[in-house]
Amino acid sequence: MIASALPLHTAGPYVAAAYIAFFVIVLIYVAIMASKLTRSERALTELTEQVEQRPRASDEGP
Amino acid sequence: MYGKGLRPLSLLTAASVALTLAAVFFWAPNDAYLGFLQKIFYLHVPLAIVTLCGFVAAGLMAVAHLRTRDPRWDVRSYVAIHISLIFGVVVLISGSIWARGAWGHWWVWNEPTLVSFLLVMLLYATYQPLRFAIEDPERQSRYASVFAITAGAFVPINFAIVRLSPAFVHPRTLSNISGNLPGRMQAVFYLALATAALLWVTLWRFEMTAKHVAAQLRRLRKLLGEETDDAPVRRSAAPSLTGVGSIS
Repeated sequence: MIASALPLHTAGPYVAAAYIAFFVIVLIYVAIMASKLTRSERALTELTEQVEQRPRASDEGP
Repeated sequence: MYGKGLRPLSLLTAASVALTLAAVFFWAPNDAYLGFLQKIFYLHVPLAIVTLCGFVAAGLMAVAHLRTRDPRWDVRSYVAIHISLIFGVVVLISGSIWARGAWGHWWVWNEPTLVSFLLVMLLYATYQPLRFAIEDPERQSRYASVFAITAGAFVPINFAIVRLSPAFVHPRTLSNISGNLPGRMQAVFYLALATAALLWVTLWRFEMTAKHVAAQLRRLRKLLGEETDDAPVRRSAAPSLTGVGSIS
């Protein structure tokens, strides 16, 4: 059932397809995770600004 | 500081991937039977091994969760299954492409290696729906750990049974009887295996960092009064870490 060696022009597209599928899937995953981290970073910046704008307890006096 | 060391690890993984690709395409000799098509082997087999090891690792992490009741172990197990599922999808796609080129079929149903891997993947595909089906977070994490342990134990048993069964078309890798690789091919295969393992660890740490940051943010919002404990928690399959001090 195993075929004899496939010539490069026949095997090439199969090999390329397998490796491209791998890189595409990993890149999609990394892009999703990166977008989540960017969103978190933005939220963290907003929270930091909020904290900085709040009057400190010591400023309010007794 | 969960993301500490993630940058050098990512760079090391990227360098390792580049080195492996160079070794696969420029150093490893072509196979006598399959020719250039055999290059898929260096992608497909290491990823399959790492996927199955990842499922077993997730089972061990789930054991730690049930023993300690520490939710951090549940998150580790959840992320391990997630990354292994992604790798498993690549294994199925690359395997199908290879099968089409080598055997003329996208899939061979009477080959135990192929079908058993598909069964493992289908089993783990139920993990997220199982989690999502349970609303109570404590019960969700407990049931998910029981699932991860049971399924994790199934993986090596399944692997052993497949090794004992007669192969139809799929070769047995690293077998004493058949499938032994000549020197340079074996070296490249082990390099590809190390790279796949490194990539798994990097992605696992990447996702753990994202979860850590999300949990810290939620905790910060609570402290600032933006969120209260009474606020309705959005139903999710992902484990929550809000109540945990550190996620390392």
